[in-house]
Parts: sequence; structure tokens; C-alpha cells
Amino acid sequence: MVAAAIEARGLVKYFGEGEARTMAVKDVSFDARFGEMLYVVGPSGSGKTTMLSLVSGILRPNQGGVRIHGTDIWSLSADALAEFRLAHIGFAFQDYHLFPRLTTAENVAVPLVLQKRGWDEALAEAERYLDIVGLKHRAQLPPVKLSGGEQQRVAIARAIVSQPDILIMDEPTASLDGDTGRNILAFVRGEILNDKRCIVIVTHDARISEFADRTLMMEDGALKEIRNGGHRQD
Amino acid sequence: MNGILRIAYKLLVNDRPKFSALLVGITFAVFLMVQMTSLFSGILARASATVVNVGARVWVMDPAVQTVANSIPLPDYVLDAVRSVDGVRYAVPMYSGGALVRLDDGTYQAVTVIGLDDTTLFGRPEVTRGSIEDIYAEHGFLVVDDAEYHKLGNPDIGAEFELNDNRGVIVGVAHVASSGLFGVPTLYTTFTRAIQYIPSMRYTISYVLVEPKSADAIPRIKQAVSRLGYVALTNDEFVAQISAFYKFQTGLGVNLFLMTVMSFVVGLSISGQTFYSFVLENLEKFGALKAIGAKGAVLVRMILFQAGFTALTGYGLGVGICTLMIAAARLRLPDYAATITWGNLLLAFCMVLVIAGISSYIAVRKVLRIEPFDIFRG
Repeated sequence: MVAAAIEARGLVKYFGEGEARTMAVKDVSFDARFGEMLYVVGPSGSGKTTMLSLVSGILRPNQGGVRIHGTDIWSLSADALAEFRLAHIGFAFQDYHLFPRLTTAENVAVPLVLQKRGWDEALAEAERYLDIVGLKHRAQLPPVKLSGGEQQRVAIARAIVSQPDILIMDEPTASLDGDTGRNILAFVRGEILNDKRCIVIVTHDARISEFADRTLMMEDGALKEIRNGGHRQD
Repeated sequence: MNGILRIAYKLLVNDRPKFSALLVGITFAVFLMVQMTSLFSGILARASATVVNVGARVWVMDPAVQTVANSIPLPDYVLDAVRSVDGVRYAVPMYSGGALVRLDDGTYQAVTVIGLDDTTLFGRPEVTRGSIEDIYAEHGFLVVDDAEYHKLGNPDIGAEFELNDNRGVIVGVAHVASSGLFGVPTLYTTFTRAIQYIPSMRYTISYVLVEPKSADAIPRIKQAVSRLGYVALTNDEFVAQISAFYKFQTGLGVNLFLMTVMSFVVGLSISGQTFYSFVLENLEKFGALKAIGAKGAVLVRMILFQAGFTALTGYGLGVGICTLMIAAARLRLPDYAATITWGNLLLAFCMVLVIAGISSYIAVRKVLRIEPFDIFRG
């Protein structure tokens, strides 16, 4: 039996202590499967981003556990967890977080460099992925010379260049106009998603709901509902 | 170059304004540190010029003597007593003092006169024109061709001057290892002529120069001289004593030390502040790297590399500029007293490492504290 891409069980996360304690995530459990595009939606402050951080191994839960590809990630040491993220999880951040002083190709090559791949090899691979996202002709430009949509594509190329099992995207369309946002998601759905990859997307954007296989609806830190398809499908 | 270090390098040098500010800060600090310490080294070396040039292994002097230029005359019996000390191969008198000479054009010029033992001429300089034996000629003086030589009108053999109404004749031109500190020309003559020409106190011997039979004899000589109520110092000890005098008993050492510390503080302030703002500007990116899977050690390596690269580049530039400045100054001022020593370079290097260490420590703390979650949260 193939393990689920992500198995989250009983996740609890709070910040602060005593009267100042704030519950951010309350007993959240769900599975995400390979070949699936999973949306996490909810109003601001509903705990989406915190939950995403818990399942992607960058914020330790107070209770509960996360298995990715069968590995209990929170049983790993800090260094082992960093290596695990590098090998299995790709991140595309809301603000892209591309290095403005590196070229586009060098930005995309960063995860490969962290994996200790040779510089020339990493750059060649980065250019191949820039080609996949349609930006090979922009490889030698700094990110600041690119449009928002192009920067998002570069961020996606960087997230997938190490061929991770899990792709985490935080508000990928927040800074983009409607058409560009839809195009990006259509591209991710059509070109990046495959049977060996699971994509988890945190979004507010109802315009892109059609691309989801399932949608987790969060409210006040709790998982209210899991729906098949996009969150506008009722 | 390792890939991650190449990224660190590109992040650093591609941020030209900050990289330039960092380099300017470190280069300026290194330049000032090397300049100040070199100037001090040069002054100390010049202050001991007579000791170095004469090159006696042991110097006997009054205990109150602090620098070679301020000798306190010794009674003649000290010379005889030292000669009788077990372990002394030979001992000779030396005169060292200042005088005014009247040149051909009627002007006066201060000079240092070294009077060498008539019999042995021990401590004689290397004669480049003329012959050392000519020092015995009537009114004979050797003139040292150093940075101050021109102050005597670049005299050649046969040139004449007056010294206390006595006629003096240049019989040779000599070369010495080190020029003096006080910017006056140096004349060599015999001990007898020196004390004859220059008004002296009751006692005339400035120093007794001693050649021991062996290095083992030096402690015995020191003890015997000490019993006479005088002090015997080896060449190195005398140089160290002169250095200590200028370092600790004049304002010179303290002032140069303060200047060096200020250079360090300026360098630390500029580079520390700039490096910190450089890291702050990239903090979110470092956080993103952490989220992607960079270990803390990788980020620390990147920052140390950036700080180290900047420090070494600034160090090289600072030393280079200082060397050029000193060379340029010597073209104009041949007696410019600045000497870059390995010690100066090492001191500046250590201070630069401290600047880089403190700057990177602050940056590393900041980077290690950034949580990838903060990147997600925005």
C-alpha cells in the first residue's frame, strides 16, 4: 500500500502561555495524496499558514504528528529535518523571497546547491526548469527585472527543481492579477502536478478554486470541512 | 569554489553600495592602523639608530640613561674597571653628543658627533668614499650619507666646516644601517678629537662598549658592572629600553595607541553597521533558505565567508594603500620615519579578524534566530 503524501494527525499549535495563550491550530487531522492538488482556505487568522508550517516541518506542533511519505518528520533532529525538507518539500512563498542580487537561474539553482550539486550542473538544471516554466530567456536577469507573474514562476521553478514530493504554495496568486493568477495555477495543475507529487496551496483566492482536487476549509484554527473540488463548489 | 560560498560571494559583491561601504570601512581602518603602527615602529627604530649602527654586544652606562641620545658621562675608571672584569675580551670608550657646526656659507647646523675609540675604531661605519684610516688625519671627520646629509650641503671629501672654532675636514663619506630620529646629520671622528672639539663636562666617556669572550660571560659582566654602580645592557636590551622609554614615558606611545584604537573602532563601527544592515536586508531570504532546507551551519558558513572575504580584501587594500603612501612620502621626505614590520601587519590582521568576527557574530545571531515560520507569516 502506498503511503499518503501527508498524514496530519491531531495537530495542535498555540502561541504564548497562560492567559496570553492563543490557539492557532486546534486538533487538525487530514491526509493528502500523491497526484492531488489540495487547497487550504479560510478567513484571515483562521490558522491556514500555521497549519501549513506544521505539516511542512518548519513549525513544531504542541501536539500531534505529521508523516510525509511515511516518515514521522517531527521525530527527526533539526538538521535531519532540514535535509528532509530539502529532499522532499518544495516551497513557493507568497512574496517569492528570491535573492535580488542573484540571476534568475542562480535563484532557481539554490536548492540544488544546498544539496551540494556542482555549480555548473545546478545552473544547467535550473535553466532546464526555467524552460519548463517558460522563462529560459530570462535566466540571466535579476528577479527585479521580471514581472510579478514571472517571479512567481521563478519561485515555482525553484520549488520544484529538486523534484520534491510535496510542493507547498502560500498564497501563490495574492500579488497577481486575475488572469496571471489563473494562468499560474493552470500551469501548476497541468505541468507540475503528477502522480508522484502532492501540491498543497494556501489561498484566499476564490478565482482559482476550479483547480483544486479537494479543499480544506479552516475557521478559528479548526478544520471545519473537507470538500471535494474547489471551495466555490457547493 | 563551493557552490554555497559562491552564492554568498555573489550576494555580497553584487550589492555594490554595501560591499563598497564595507570595503571602505575596513580599508580605512587597516590603513590607519598600519600607518600609525608603522610610524611608531619607524620612530622606535630611528630612536635606536646609534645602538644599531655601532653594534656593540654590551653597552655600559649610567643607570639613569633612558635613550642613547641622552648619555650621562662616565668616569674614566669605569672603563678600566670593566676591562678588568672576567669574561671581557675588550672594552672601549665611545663618545656620543650633539654639537653645532658652522658651514661654508656661515649658517649653523646641529649635528650628532660619534667619537670612536682611537685605537680600534670599534663601531665604525661602512666607508663608501675615502678611507677609514683618514679619520686619523688632522681635523678628520667622516660624514654619514643619510637622509640628513644634504643639511651639511652634501659635502664631499675635502669639504670644511667649523666646530666650536675648530676646523673640521670631511675625510670620508660613510653609510650606516639606520638614520637617526632627530633629523640631524651624523659625523664620526676619533674619541680624542670629539672630546677635544666639543665642550664636555668633567667626565667624557658616554658609553663603554664591551665585547664579551662568550655569550655565557654576559651575566657575569652585568653583575660586575652592577657592583660598580652602573648598568650593562646587551644591544637588544638597550634597544628595548629605548623603545620602552618612547612607548611608556612619552606621550608618543599613548597617542599612537589611542589612534590605533580609534582606527579599530572606526573600522568596527562602519563595517559592523554596514554588515548588519546587509544581513538585515537579506534576513527574509536567509529565512527562506532555512525553510527550503539550509542548515544553520550552512548559513553561518555563508556569513563567515562574507565577513572574511570583506575583511581580507579590505586588509589587502589597506596595507597596499599604506605601502604606497609611505613610498610616496619617502620620495618627498627621504627621512620619513615609517617602517611596516611583520608585527604591524600581524597586529592589523588580528584587529581585522576581530572586526570581521564581531560583525559576523552579530549577523549570525540574527540569522540563526529568524524562524522560517516568520517567512510564511509574512
